[in-house]
This record gives sequence, structure tokens and C-alpha cells, in this order.
Amino acid sequence: MVEILALLADGFGIALQPLNLILIVLGCSVGLFIGAMPGLGSVNGVAILLPLTFVVPPASAIIFLAALYYGAMYGGAISSIMLGIPGASTAVATTFDGRPLALQGLADKALITAATASFVGGTISVILFTLAAPPLAHVALVFGPPETLALMLLAFATFVGLGGEDIWKTIFSICIGLVLAAVGTDIVSGEPRLQLFGLTGFFSSINFLVLAIGIYGIGEMLWTIEQTAKAGGVSMLSRATVSVRRALAHLRGQLALWKATLMGSLLGYFVGILPAAGATPGSMMAYGVAKQMSGNPDSFGKGNPEGVSAPEAANNAASTGSMLPMLTLGIPGSPTTAILLGGMVIWGLEPGPQLFVDEKAFVWGLIASLYAANLFALLLNLTFIPAFIAVLRLPFTILAPVIFVLCLVGGYAPTNRMFDVWLILVFGFVGYLLRKLDYPLAPAVLAIVLGPMTEPALRQSLLMSGGDFAIFFTRPYSGPIMVIAIVLLALPLIRHLVRRYKTG
Amino acid sequence: MKVRMIASLLGLAGAVMAPFAAHAWEPAKPVEFVIMAGKGGGADKAVRFIQSIIAKENLGPTVLPVNKPGGSGAEALLYLKGKEGDNHTLMFTLNSFYTTPLRQPGLEVDIETFTPIMRMAEDTFCLWVNTGRKDGEDINTFDDFVAAAKAAGDKWIMAGTGKASEDNLITDFLNTTFGLDMKYVPYKGGGAVAKALAGNNADSTVNNPSEAQGFFVAGTVRPLACMTPERIGLFADAPTMKELGHDFVYFMQRTVVGAPGMSEEAATYYQDLFTDVFNSGDWQEYRKKRALVGDPLTGDDLMEYWKREREIHRGMLDKLAGK
Repeated sequence: MVEILALLADGFGIALQPLNLILIVLGCSVGLFIGAMPGLGSVNGVAILLPLTFVVPPASAIIFLAALYYGAMYGGAISSIMLGIPGASTAVATTFDGRPLALQGLADKALITAATASFVGGTISVILFTLAAPPLAHVALVFGPPETLALMLLAFATFVGLGGEDIWKTIFSICIGLVLAAVGTDIVSGEPRLQLFGLTGFFSSINFLVLAIGIYGIGEMLWTIEQTAKAGGVSMLSRATVSVRRALAHLRGQLALWKATLMGSLLGYFVGILPAAGATPGSMMAYGVAKQMSGNPDSFGKGNPEGVSAPEAANNAASTGSMLPMLTLGIPGSPTTAILLGGMVIWGLEPGPQLFVDEKAFVWGLIASLYAANLFALLLNLTFIPAFIAVLRLPFTILAPVIFVLCLVGGYAPTNRMFDVWLILVFGFVGYLLRKLDYPLAPAVLAIVLGPMTEPALRQSLLMSGGDFAIFFTRPYSGPIMVIAIVLLALPLIRHLVRRYKTG
Repeated sequence: MKVRMIASLLGLAGAVMAPFAAHAWEPAKPVEFVIMAGKGGGADKAVRFIQSIIAKENLGPTVLPVNKPGGSGAEALLYLKGKEGDNHTLMFTLNSFYTTPLRQPGLEVDIETFTPIMRMAEDTFCLWVNTGRKDGEDINTFDDFVAAAKAAGDKWIMAGTGKASEDNLITDFLNTTFGLDMKYVPYKGGGAVAKALAGNNADSTVNNPSEAQGFFVAGTVRPLACMTPERIGLFADAPTMKELGHDFVYFMQRTVVGAPGMSEEAATYYQDLFTDVFNSGDWQEYRKKRALVGDPLTGDDLMEYWKREREIHRGMLDKLAGK
């Protein structure tokens, strides 16, 4: 313990050097902007700026990129809340309740909630990182396909209750998502599959951001246009206001959300450290669990601040968590850390088990910089809230075309494929129709995120066991997770049956 | 005085321009560098490394890496095929460059139409096991491995990257040559494969040295044999397959390819550019650290190499399918 504190103190010595402080400020600011731009997420930001980092020492380079990664996590929430378009894949769950809050004229509340929850999530996870990196690295290492499957099942279980009352519509929505997730290459056989209509674009899997931007960006806008027209042309967004007095009241209100925030932080961190999971499923799961834990689950999706704080705490916690397997195992925990890993090679470092031993200054400088980056990102975010709110005061007739363009650019940017732009339009229109028919769409988005991780885990596990399902229950980590997942899955069904029995 | 200053300025400008002026053709816009694999993998890392060398040493144009991993490289191959006559599109390839067109004739991709630029390296393969196995058995030599794998039958798990990938072809060779029945479990990417072995979720792998290196240094995994003509300096204790009496050598190419019908001047320009990259201190260091081999190959030599390798892979795939 004393040793860890000494190392951390050395780390702060590095992180607080003037050059590194400037890089933290710069990284957070650039990240905030990149995260807030729909479609441009931390992956793009880090990939674009990576070649610039060879002019500074490795510790400074990783501090800059980590700050950028961090800032993007904060920034992603902004367009999710303000425009209803997820700014990054990690912020999709934030739209579920952040957007309704904005529509109710409480955009300032949603933004403050997102910023503080991000700060809490980030800080808790850095503390966990500081204290318990090596033992947690061991958990991440032995976590194999059966454990991954159990965890994914748990994620689905937390989401069964996410749809509306109609359980069949929820299942339908999940199935649509799973079918879309199956498009692309079969990783086990290596063959292309479900290449719909023989189009070349379906050679690769559907980027889930394309679905999310379609449904929540275009679909949402069509919906808003319809509602605005119904209301006699009055924009639904124009009630946004902000003042210091309100802001202080919202900040005090954060204390009431402590349960959801704390849960999101811990869950996000643990999902984040598992290789290949990352911040997106982490934030989704946190949202599902927050809803299950809440005394008033029906208010979720209609503007419950817990629905903002849980996923926002989780995505920041997960982004820190995903650096753990990157540094200790040389395995990326998220797409962004995959690029950071490449960067470490360029800087002449060898990520892996020896890094904590051989490169103490690099590792602890990075960890210390995360504390600083967190604090700075919070301040930056709170300062700019009035500016963000001002955007919402624009007349809807101006805002709508801007959102439309941002959606298309955001869909094109990650992959540079025109095909994805057409897909966004299709998903947007279909999403709008499904919404009119009262189908819940969040389960479909969840399915397309988790499907590509669940399927290989299931098939690898069964290959390992020779087709024996016992493998999921006999292993020390997967057994307990599996049992919890099954109980959670069965719960709504039992509740449903009991209610039916009682009413008659 | 003034005149001399202008003259020296002109001279300076000339010196700056000189490396470019030597070429009959130079890029008019940033060059797109397609990667046949996803972000974070070996090919992706190499391209981003090359990108940084070009920028750092000011060797040439801005390079924009674009990942097109779909369909085991099919997406990238079709994309490059569609860029016929384009002088600003390059691709970084692996062995799926041969296997994907062979396995999917419907793509109508003929690699002989592509423009050979330069082979930057060949990556090597070794057989790896965990040093602290769950069953407590200590596997120190290739013979130990064969005995243990034989005893375990189809309970022995070999982790690798995707079906019909390089790893699968080597596994198939080991199975048929030594009468084994190892079960092949595909993972997404070499890093995940290395982790599966280190976490004892697999019994063996045939990782590239760079993928297993971190765990090797930490003492978690151990190489038993390498599919190389000579021993690899970093793992001097691991014999080659040839020493073990089996003439089996297998490489993965790391090669730069141009779009079909690229102009001759452009091809020459890129060959010169990548020769500079190849000779840079950073790339040489990278090759040494990653245990990469393979001399630089360009032009017709590279095309001949492709044709030869394609036939080798055709044979391997036929054998795999025939089972």
C-alpha cells in the first residue's frame, strides 16, 4: 500500500509537469469536441492524432491520448442529450433518458447530471485502478469464452424489462437487432453470411452506431417534426433555460442519484477491464441495472435522471477500466485502446505483463494524469453548459437540417462508406414507423451491440467443451454469473404470470 | 547582399524540393492506405507505424489508413479492384490476399491484376504452450507436446485466428503430420489468441512472435518450435521444424499493393518511397524486435512470389477442404 502511494506520488510528479498539464488540458478539450460531434468518437480522435504524438516522450503521448479518450467520454453525452443523436457509441444509453429531459426543458439538469456522474465514475475507477491493478488483471486473464457468455446473458437479462409493457414487442425488437448483428463475416467459419440482397456493403458487419444514429437521430427528428406540426408549429425545444441558481439546485440534486451513479461506476469498471467488452456494453448494462434497481422503473425512458447518471458513470469508469488489460496483458479492452496499443509500439514500449515492472514512470504517470484529466473535464464541461443550452434556443427550422446533416456526416465518418449513409436513412425511417407503432427500440440497439460478442463466446465455449453446456456452470467465475442471469431472466416472466393469475 | 540572400533562399528551397523533384510523378493528394484487417491487429499496427515513419522522416505524402476488415479481406480486395487506374490508393496485405480469392471465386478478384509495390517483411510463426498448465503437466519440448496432445485427443484445444486462416493451415499441418486430433477454436485476432493461451483457455497456439512476446517475457508462455528456416534469435532455445525432421516453413507476408492499372511512374514513386521506409532505422528496429524476416521484394519479383505463394495456399486449402 505504501509502495503504491509512493509510485502514485512519482506519477503525479510526471503528470503535473507543465508540458503534461498542457497536454491534459488540450486532450480533454479536443476530446470533448470530438465526443460531442455525432459519429466522431474517441476511436477516430485517437487514430487521427496518434501520428502527432511521436514528437513528445511516450509518457506525455499517452497522457495526451488518454485525456482525449476521457474528454470524448464526457463529450459524447452532450449531443445525446441536446440533439438526441448519440455523440459516440458509448453515449447511446444516455439518449434514453437524457433526450426526454431536454424535451421537458431540463437540458441543464441532464448535462449537469452527465458531467458529475462522469466525474464520479472516472474517479472511482481510477482509485480502483490504483489499488488493485494486478489482481484484476488476473481476473481479466482467466476470463474465457464461457465467462463472457455468462456476462452477456446477464446483460440481456437486465434489459428484458427495458421495453414497454408488451413483452412480445420487446422480444421482437431484440430479434431484429440480433438478425442485424449476424450480418457480415462469420468469425468461426470465416465465411460471409446474411449478405442481404447481395450488396457488397453487407460484407462487413453493420456498425452499431449506424443503427443508433438512424433510430435516435433521423427517427427522432421525424418524430419531433410530427409533434411540432401537431402543436401548431411551436418548437418543442425552445423552453431550454439555464441559470446559476438552477445549476446549483441541480448539483445538489445529484446526491439523490448516488445509488445509480455508484452502481454505474462499479459495473462500468468491471465490464471495462474484460477484454473486448469496453465502454459501450458497460454503459448499456448500467442503464438496465439502474432501471431494475429503481423504485420507479416506469419513469425510465421518460426523463429519469438516474437513466443519465448510471450510463454516464459507467462509460467513464469503463474507459479507465479498459486500459487495464491494455497495459497489463497487451490486449485492448475497447476499440480505442486497440489503437492506443498500436501507439505504444510506435513509442517503443512493449505492452504486456512486464510493463508495470519495466516502465514505472510511464504507467504511473498515466494513472496520475487520469485523476487530473477527470477534474479538468468536469470543470470544462460545467463551464460550457450555457453555451450548449444556447444551441437549443435556435428555431427548430434551423436546428432540424443541421441535425440531419450531422447524422449523415456522423454515419460516414467512422467507416468512410457511403453505404452506411443509406443504411442510416433506412433505419431512421423504419425506426420512426416502429416508434409510431409503439415498439421499443432500445432492445434492438442493445442486441446489435451485444450480439457480436455473445455469439462467438457461445460457439467458442461449445467448441471447447465438445457441445456440453455444463461448461457454463462448472467454471468458478461463469457458474455464479450464469445462475444470476437465469434468475433475472426468469423474474419478469414469473411476475407476469403471477399478475395474470391474480387478475384472473 | 540582397541578391545573395535571395539566391541562398532559392538554394534552400531547391534543397527542400530536391527529393521530390527526382520523380516523374508524385501524389497530388493524400494517399489512402487500405488495411485488410481490423483496428489493433498486426497489420493495422504496422500501417500506423509506417504512417508515422513517413511523417517523421518527411519521406512523402500524407497517408490515411482505412480499415476494411469485412469478409476476411473480401471487402478490401473488392474496394481495391474498384479503384482501377487510381494512383492514390494502396493496400497492406496478409495471406488472406491469396486465400480469400481462392475460397470465394465469386468475388472475381485476380491478384495478378494488382500492382506489386513492395514486400516489407514476412512474419513468422511458432508453437506456444502455457508454462503453468491447469493439469500441472510441464511441456518443455516439441516431443512433450506431441505426446500430451496425442493423449488428450480432441480435448486438446488449439486457439487461432478464424477458420482457414494462417493459424488454421498450420494446425492442420500439425494434425496430419503427427497424427493429432487437436480441436481448433477460432478467436478474433492474434492478441485474443495469445490471451486465451495465457489464461489457460487453450492448450496451444501458433501465434506470431510479436503477439506472444509480452507473455513470453513474463514467463507465462513458452515456444516449442518455430516454422522458420533458421532459429529466431529471441527464442534461441526453440528448434525449427526442419531440425525436428519436418521441412515445414510458413510465413505471413506484410506487403504493400497498389490498385490495378496504376501508372508506371506512380508505381516507381511508391517503390522508392517504401524502400526509404524499409531502410529507415525505425523499421529495421521494428523488424528486429518483432522477429520479422523477409527481404524487400518489388515489381516482377514480388509478382512471382505472389504466384508461388498462391499455389502453395491452393494446395493447403484443398487439403483442408478434403478432410
